[in-house]
Amino acid sequence: MANVFTSIGEWVNERAPNMMPAYRKHMTEYYAPKNFNLWYYFGSLALLVLVNQIVTGIFLTMNYNPSAAGAFASVEYIMRDVEWGWLIRYMHSTGASLFFVVVFLHMFRGIMYGSYKKPRELVWLLGMLIFLVLMAEAFMGYVLPWGNMSFWGAKVIISLFGTIPYIGGDLVEWIMGDFLPADATLNRFFALHVIALPIVLLLLVVLHIAALHEVGSNNPDGVEIKKGPKGNRWDALKPTDGIPFHPYYTVKDLVGVGFFLLIAAFIIFFAPTFGGWFLEHDNFIPANNLATPSHIKPVWYFTPFYAIVRMIPSFLGSAVWGVIAMFGSIAVLFLMPWFDRGKVKSIRYRGTGFKVALGLFVLSFFMLGAVGAGITAEVMPVWFGDIDVTFWENLFGRVMTVIYFGFFAFLWAYTYFGWEKTKPVPERVTTHD
Amino acid sequence: MTKRQLLMKRYIFPVALAFSLIVGSASVQASEEGGLPHAGTNVQDQASLQRGAKLFFNYCVGCHSLKYMRYERIASDLGLTEQDVMQNLNFTGAKFGETVVSHMPEESAAKWFGKAPPDLSLEVRAKGADWVYAYLNSFYLDPSRPVGWNNTVFPNASMPFPLWELQGLQTAEMKPAKAGEDPAVEKLVLSQPGKLTPAQFQQATRDLTSFLEYASEPAALQRHHYGIWVLLFLAFFTLLAAMLKKEYWKDVH
Repeated sequence: MANVFTSIGEWVNERAPNMMPAYRKHMTEYYAPKNFNLWYYFGSLALLVLVNQIVTGIFLTMNYNPSAAGAFASVEYIMRDVEWGWLIRYMHSTGASLFFVVVFLHMFRGIMYGSYKKPRELVWLLGMLIFLVLMAEAFMGYVLPWGNMSFWGAKVIISLFGTIPYIGGDLVEWIMGDFLPADATLNRFFALHVIALPIVLLLLVVLHIAALHEVGSNNPDGVEIKKGPKGNRWDALKPTDGIPFHPYYTVKDLVGVGFFLLIAAFIIFFAPTFGGWFLEHDNFIPANNLATPSHIKPVWYFTPFYAIVRMIPSFLGSAVWGVIAMFGSIAVLFLMPWFDRGKVKSIRYRGTGFKVALGLFVLSFFMLGAVGAGITAEVMPVWFGDIDVTFWENLFGRVMTVIYFGFFAFLWAYTYFGWEKTKPVPERVTTHD
Repeated sequence: MTKRQLLMKRYIFPVALAFSLIVGSASVQASEEGGLPHAGTNVQDQASLQRGAKLFFNYCVGCHSLKYMRYERIASDLGLTEQDVMQNLNFTGAKFGETVVSHMPEESAAKWFGKAPPDLSLEVRAKGADWVYAYLNSFYLDPSRPVGWNNTVFPNASMPFPLWELQGLQTAEMKPAKAGEDPAVEKLVLSQPGKLTPAQFQQATRDLTSFLEYASEPAALQRHHYGIWVLLFLAFFTLLAAMLKKEYWKDVH
């Protein structure tokens, strides 16, 4: 048997001599720093969730009916009459939320350890593109069950384009293919959600990983292992502080996968709606253009960005500023490598100003999420009694918006004018002996 | 700082963050329930589901459908035979494999009540078990309404109260009205007892809510059944993976 595999291997190798080296380059001979910590699990977990979304998504399309008349009922058909359909659907819906959990943590890791800095700007840019496409993918997927929140969420989000001067109205109609989200909208969102965007997503993921493997991974110390001493147990020329991705990080990531699946399975089997956060109550009511839900809000992962739209007032007779600010809040993330001029990568050796600013940035992100999800509007009267909720919520949300954007402005000034007092960066990763 | 302390320091932040997220979302969820009494339903309690089904098919199905729920599924999930279901629950003449559809024509229903009675397949998922339970306990006589009934949980509901012979008749005691406002209900009192005591009626509505909760997600029974085994398997898998990792990483210094 072993002979058969060897000869097949040789046969392939003769015809495609670069295929095996590609496997070596990305797995057994990809030397990753040996000091990865907890924060380095989320990249491989994001890949795992992507695979889960594609596989469960394929099975969902087998019974889903992408029409305004049949979508809602076909989802219930999957939940009730398709063998194991409920499990496949919950894996997909829970996977969508967990995708954003791991991606947010993955991005935060990058900011914390300076993984976007030279020479990894391209890795960061490709990653941000993935994030952008993922948001589009998630938004369209959320519309497909055609519940009432799908309908009104789609209506509100698509209407944002209506604020663009001159072409706004026509653009909204063009996107929806109708005057309201309707059959045509659902058909095209289905096509984009199951074919167009996943293909783009997969391509970008391949490029993201390829770009990463060109420059090598960063690490919690933010030092370049390629610049350190050479020679390890496997290769005399490779970095001493590097270990082969396979088997070391494959087995380590397997532990992360185990923990992650435990959490995911707990949600899937015991709290699939996650208290209305992963699957919203109003989405168990079929789409109805005559019945507006009491609070229209996007799913939790969009709430920080949605809050920014709501917090920016319209002026000069246009409401486009909020939409610009919302897209701006993602655009500034793209530009991280150019806002941050500091040479020191890891938070471990950066100045106090950076640590405080990053803390405030994370806080503003959560607080904007709370505003966007309507949490502030709900708790303010409970905590502070009879107050003008709209006024205080707007004030609070605007302060948080200023902090969000302020992080990037501060980071630029802090590093450009040399105000940052950094600590000495070690020559090598700190966990070698 | 020792390596151990360093590790502690590095993991405190993410763990604290995850913890605060969970606590935060749980407290918001609690506040979203809006102070309704706890329904105390349990879809695992088959006897309760059977009693609830009986109530549903005696009092509700005249107007409300469960259009995604099949008689056959009810039988197998509630431990009933085909004969039980077809003789005691199915009054519409539907086949065993068909779904529960009320005989009331939607158009005339809309004419009679102002609004067609909604399908209840997903009512508990849309409104929550606590809401449904509270709603069923909050009907009171109100001669000013077209059908003679009103509800404190869902004011001006267009539904008459079919369970009145079980609960009896509730009337509202009003708070003194503030200037320029309609008087609000202070509390409901049972002015004429029904066939059941208040405690029995609460149990009956709890059973009915349990049945509707089951009907809104029959898969819940399977979820609970398999979930624990999946978690045990994954815990074992994670343990093995951790041991494997430890073994491989022995020589990384």
